[in-house]
Amino acid sequence: MPDTFNRKDLLGIEDLSVEEIVKILGSAASFREVAERDIKKVPTLRGKTIINLFYEPSTRTRTSFEIAAKRMSADAINIAVASSSIKKGETLKDTALNLEAMSPDCIVVRHGSSGTPQMLARYLKCSVINAGDGLHEHPSQALLDMLTVSNRLGGIEKLDGLRILIVGDVAHSRVARSNILGFSKMGAHVTVCGPPTMIPVGIEHLGCDVNHDMTAAVKDADVVMMLRLQLERQAAGLFPSPREYAKLYGLDSLKLKRAKKDVIILHPGPINRGLEISPEVADGPWSLILEQVANGLAVRMALFYLLLGGVKDGISNANKSLNPDGVRLLNLR
Amino acid sequence: MNSKSVMDSKAIDRALARIAHEIIERNKGTENLVLLGIPTRGSHLAKRLQAKIDMIEGVSLPTGAVDATLYRDDLGMKETQSLKEMEIPISIEGRVVILVDDVLYTGRTIRAAMNALMDFGRPLSIQLAVLVDRGHRELPIKADYVGKNIPTAPDEDVKLHLEEVDDANEVVIQITKEGLCEKESK
Repeated sequence: MPDTFNRKDLLGIEDLSVEEIVKILGSAASFREVAERDIKKVPTLRGKTIINLFYEPSTRTRTSFEIAAKRMSADAINIAVASSSIKKGETLKDTALNLEAMSPDCIVVRHGSSGTPQMLARYLKCSVINAGDGLHEHPSQALLDMLTVSNRLGGIEKLDGLRILIVGDVAHSRVARSNILGFSKMGAHVTVCGPPTMIPVGIEHLGCDVNHDMTAAVKDADVVMMLRLQLERQAAGLFPSPREYAKLYGLDSLKLKRAKKDVIILHPGPINRGLEISPEVADGPWSLILEQVANGLAVRMALFYLLLGGVKDGISNANKSLNPDGVRLLNLR
Repeated sequence: MNSKSVMDSKAIDRALARIAHEIIERNKGTENLVLLGIPTRGSHLAKRLQAKIDMIEGVSLPTGAVDATLYRDDLGMKETQSLKEMEIPISIEGRVVILVDDVLYTGRTIRAAMNALMDFGRPLSIQLAVLVDRGHRELPIKADYVGKNIPTAPDEDVKLHLEEVDDANEVVIQITKEGLCEKESK
């Protein structure tokens, strides 16, 4: 295993190697220990500044990144779009360059348009972490899901050969995309399930199977990942009624009876109780939903540590964004 | 690369046996002691000391590992370091912590490890046991128990090999080309 993590940004699971994923999950396992201490803080990223730039609403992810930054002793600043100059019509690029002029070490960005973090990463000298871009990827979520499963099963190598079932609106889910890519890379076999309107044509090219019959699909699964029904995105009417959806694709105790006894149930949250997952399943012993939240913190601490905690290409990360030519160079591009 | 062996398996064993006796003598027994090694080789040495003390006194001391990586002062100067095991087996509040490392050099690792320990509680005292003291301290830190003092030049590197990790038990001195850059690399 390489001892280094030479990467400026974390933009997606797609361009991560298996070794890098193992490295991130291994470090995250160490950071879980910090959360169990009385003093839940380490001085590692003292003096670093991390900006959370969220163009979409988020409680879990933004709070998780913020607490992770603070536990590493970095200064975390949250920018909620509703109360910022973005409302005055500033472009994304201008916002980012202005933020960079204040020399942060990392910008965590969530945006409704796919590709936003990738674009920012090209403009900015500081690290960029993708906290969800459009319908594309949500890498830290996939990493915490992989960590949750590997913790439960007792090792990262246990992901190899596992059968993962992802159920719901795969077409509108960046969580699904990152998880398909991530679990497949680790040797697991992923099946996606949902009404045909919610399964994009050609999804098999990501390396997964499609099954529209949930009752049948749930039988073989070691892990069932329920996606949130994104009611705010579903004006188009992708299913006849919520009740029908819940009956066919909601995970309830009836469907769970057909599953393996030790099946693991995941949900990225926030859950719609009674819709995609029934309360007795969400709160039952198979559900690792709250474990996912705890692991999310550890994964994000690990990401900050690996991206900001060392020298990249011979330049100290601390000095990188202090380069006085930084902004000028960017404008020339 | 030039290298010569300065301690063999027997010498390491004898040094550890003496340190075990010294720890018991200095602390007038084993009460309230906890052994914490600095990974990787320090934590193996801590386990060996635990076995030695058990042989002498019939007491198995709580033994663990304290990873100093997150507290280092040189994180921004080299590539991201892998995290090692952190295992505090018992509350260190009010206990005497014997910190165990393989080679004492600049003292910076020990500083970081002590800071890490303080985040877990307030020990009564911290004592330092090392197998090799090679000099060249950059901080005011001194070992309480030393297996062997080995005077070295800065362009030399002192490495401990333990069969738990390296299939051999010996201390070797190597001449490195990088010299000063190799300080305390682990």
